[in-house]
Amino acid sequence: MKKYNTPLIDQLEKGPWPSFVTEMKKAGKNNEMANDAVGHLEKCYTTKMGYWKHGGIVGVLGYGGGIIGRYSELGEEFPGVAHFHTVRLNQPSGFFYTSKALREICDIWDKYGSGLTNMHGSTGDIVLLGTKTDALETIFAEYSSRGWDLGGSGSDLRTPSCCVGPGRCEWSNYDTLDLVYNLTQEFQDELHRPMFSYKFKIKAAGCACDCVASIARSDFSIIGTWKGDILIDQKEVQNYAKKGMNVMSEIVSMCPTQCMSYDGKELKIDNAECSRCMHCISKMTKALKPSGERGATICMGSKAPIVVGSLLSWVIIPFIKLEPPYTELKELLRKIWDWWDDNGKPRERIGEVIEVKGMRSFLEAIGVPPLPQQIKEPRKDPFMFYTEADIAAYKAKEAEEKKTGKYRF
Amino acid sequence: MALPQRRTDIGPPHYRQFMPPVIDKNYGKWKYHEVLTPGTMVHVAESGDKLWTVRVASPRILSTATIREICDVAEKFCGGHLRFTTRNNVEFLVSDEKNLEPIKKDLAARGFKMGGIGYGITNVVHTQGWVHCHSAATDASGIVKSMMDELFEYFESKRLPNKLRLAVACCVNMCGAVHCSDIAIVAVHTKVPVVDDEKFKNMCELPTVIGSCPTRAISPDPAKKSVKINPDKCMYCGNCFTVCPPISIKNPERDGVAIVVGGKINSLRSNPKFSKLVIPYISNEPPRWPKVVAAVKHIVEVYASHARKHERLGEWIERIGWERFFALTGIEFTFQSIDDFTFMRDTMRTASTFKW
Repeated sequence: MKKYNTPLIDQLEKGPWPSFVTEMKKAGKNNEMANDAVGHLEKCYTTKMGYWKHGGIVGVLGYGGGIIGRYSELGEEFPGVAHFHTVRLNQPSGFFYTSKALREICDIWDKYGSGLTNMHGSTGDIVLLGTKTDALETIFAEYSSRGWDLGGSGSDLRTPSCCVGPGRCEWSNYDTLDLVYNLTQEFQDELHRPMFSYKFKIKAAGCACDCVASIARSDFSIIGTWKGDILIDQKEVQNYAKKGMNVMSEIVSMCPTQCMSYDGKELKIDNAECSRCMHCISKMTKALKPSGERGATICMGSKAPIVVGSLLSWVIIPFIKLEPPYTELKELLRKIWDWWDDNGKPRERIGEVIEVKGMRSFLEAIGVPPLPQQIKEPRKDPFMFYTEADIAAYKAKEAEEKKTGKYRF
Repeated sequence: MALPQRRTDIGPPHYRQFMPPVIDKNYGKWKYHEVLTPGTMVHVAESGDKLWTVRVASPRILSTATIREICDVAEKFCGGHLRFTTRNNVEFLVSDEKNLEPIKKDLAARGFKMGGIGYGITNVVHTQGWVHCHSAATDASGIVKSMMDELFEYFESKRLPNKLRLAVACCVNMCGAVHCSDIAIVAVHTKVPVVDDEKFKNMCELPTVIGSCPTRAISPDPAKKSVKINPDKCMYCGNCFTVCPPISIKNPERDGVAIVVGGKINSLRSNPKFSKLVIPYISNEPPRWPKVVAAVKHIVEVYASHARKHERLGEWIERIGWERFFALTGIEFTFQSIDDFTFMRDTMRTASTFKW
């Protein structure tokens, strides 16, 4: 095996933080592909530029997603990375593993790939970095026969992902792990065979802490919430105070809706005014917990800046119950995709299409009424559409008022 | 050797089979948790059962050799059970308290770094960079490594007013969606791309290329059967390159990074926020990007010494005002921080009340 002199990236093996260069070299010890990836990276550091070409169309039979073609411009100099394709394996919900499962993944990858991975990619998949075109079918047979399937890539449903949820968190308002597993199984076709205008990401967070960044990183953000009161264990409140928490300045004053009060003995919450932000609950988890009806808020549209600026997801459905078999949510997703299919141009994310076509057109298409919970504030300009039906409804209301002598605004 | 029979559309394995018995038993019935140290926490179930978590850093790029070593540790102390976090840390799930100190000792002896829980800096969300991406304007992993070496004490021990989330994107595609982080590095191009007219005809689709430009800087060049790029309109986003490889935007001397700050994704106290541009350009300086690292460390330190307890970086800045942030950090305010793309109307000040 060729030995590369790598003075620049060697400097990234020093220091306390674990080194990715060390990982690449470890993989490169017995693997030509990983070894050439080390040399290739040193070259990038020397010239201050990358040498990967655009992804080519590679994949496994019957699937359009899950494999990302990657070729180097420097294939002759570094033959091990001439082809260096990525395999995305769909991760288990919540990223839980046994060592047995991980060893199985590693054994196959050592046999047919570079031995390099990302645990995990930004969307959530197990990312296996670097293999050749002729190994792809074999890799797929090895993994799928052992229960591992590919994730999404390209213009398809990307691999849904979620927070740790009820697996190890007291705040989850629905079963994030089960929902993501269930949706992934339901939409295998959408995940494996790109048929959308562009990518579509689903992320499920159990509460407003949003440990999976759904509000910023998914076209369809599912954020757990509740409709009842926050239950208070006053004894535990006192324990927090005794241990040094300043309940007034750290909890009451930091409440965004100012719905709490504390007289040194008793903590009170005006629950009707609470916006369920999770600050107090997350700081006093032993003392406070939500109660009553559980479910989620559905927000939509978030994405990174390409093309016309980044977006955070917008509130579309303030509250939805989420219980197996999640029929309402699945029907909603199908309605959304139908509308996107009818209205989106290639490479337009759903948030961008909603901006172009108008929120009203979208909400009407999916059967969601206008609600004040959806907006930060009403529109500021007087340029708006009226349909004939809108005016007829306003006129009918006024006729009714004339009869009753009572205004309804 | 015959290949095993492939199966399609089976989806991921069911998560439940990978959970330790204590989770299986107390699934959805957790009562509270306590952070014990920056590297350990304990979750307590309604039944009284406890689960200890030991979190360790990962460079995200892992060799199978290291994954196997992680498996060795999990088998020795956790019945083989572990998980990863959404920010790429490894979490060992310890069901028996008597294994807690031994696993910490074992991890330390092997050189694993424990930390990342609570009010400090945890692992960095980042993209592929030069390691594996065609559109990278920098190497994300190299910046992460350099930055975290310098900020390591905030991972392992030193505390901040609240958590501080870092991210690195190697181009404005931002596969890691870094746009809502406390501090994020985003690599930028700064020069109008060059079109290879000969290759364009064979490899690119005219309407797609024109449509890819957010500032309408691209127009047809019928004589050459190619396109022209208007330098007065181009903002170097690279989206044309993504749809058409013969439009080259890489430039080693001009590619660099920008720093954006003040974003968050949770709704605690204040709504989720975008990160905003404060440093428009620093040259790429591999292998350790010293100026980028110094800038990030400086912002962290100014935040640490001025913010109130529980205030995230963006919340602190909103309280004191951006003009005060620039004054306190000494960062030069430039034209690039004034939006001239999509958000000017919302981001200009419309009151005479500000600080000197």
